[in-house]
Amino acid sequence: MITFTILYAFLIISVLFNALGVIGLHRFPDVYTRLHAATKCTTFGTIFMTFAVIVYSGYMYYWNPGQDHYLNMALHTVGALVAILVTNPTGAHAIARAAHKVGIKPKFAVIDELEKKEAK
Amino acid sequence: MKRSKAFISTFLFALFVYLFMTLAAGQSMVEGTILWSIEELVLGISVALIVGAVASSILCRSDDYRMLNPVRWIIMLVYTIPLFIEMVKANFDVAYRVITGDIKPGIVKITPDLKTDLGVTFLANSITLTPGTLTVDVDDEKSELYIHWINVGDEPTQTISGRFVPWIRRFAE
Repeated sequence: MITFTILYAFLIISVLFNALGVIGLHRFPDVYTRLHAATKCTTFGTIFMTFAVIVYSGYMYYWNPGQDHYLNMALHTVGALVAILVTNPTGAHAIARAAHKVGIKPKFAVIDELEKKEAK
Repeated sequence: MKRSKAFISTFLFALFVYLFMTLAAGQSMVEGTILWSIEELVLGISVALIVGAVASSILCRSDDYRMLNPVRWIIMLVYTIPLFIEMVKANFDVAYRVITGDIKPGIVKITPDLKTDLGVTFLANSITLTPGTLTVDVDDEKSELYIHWINVGDEPTQTISGRFVPWIRRFAE
């Protein structure tokens, strides 16, 4: 019972942060701040979603010891978690760098040291 | 000798990935066998041999094998705990900014003073993974990171990286 409480808590957190990511995607003014909302809240939400899957499959494997596919699912989810943690920041960095290279200025920026460096 | 070390480490890495992905897959856990069946082990070792022969010159390009030390891998695993704590704190901060729209964006520069490529990569990825900060560009020569910060305030810029740098220095340098 407590397992399913934890599981639902993970799912609620993940859906909440994914929803906040979508709201931020619409509210923020330019590409960089939108990247914050889109990648960050989605990462956090997705991490908790994988946690929920791991908890669920570990619980099912504990109570059904013969059924190996639950263990398999948990391990593959750990692999997916590692892949998300490596690829998500790399992709965000690539988009931000490309945007700055083609000359999109950050809106409402109080400081832009990268532009100062490129101007030199 | 130099190439054989690269070959062995690539082989072991490929074998580890193969065994991890096929652990408890399908019919592998037959009564009386170990976690993998014999056929699966044979296939895994032969695939890992091929991968080691082909990819060792790409994966192990430098002659620096300090990451073979298992202590560094354990520290890397422990490092996920402070990273996760920072992520939780920053996530609530960004959630607050999403709702209220109270942002002061800007691109700031930090000099983390890390020497290795791996360390800089880890720091850039950690900073990007933490909400509110996003690595935009890296200056390889001077080891400077240009970071888009959603709330440029009175705090010094070193607070972005301050928590991560000592940890990364422990396992990547």
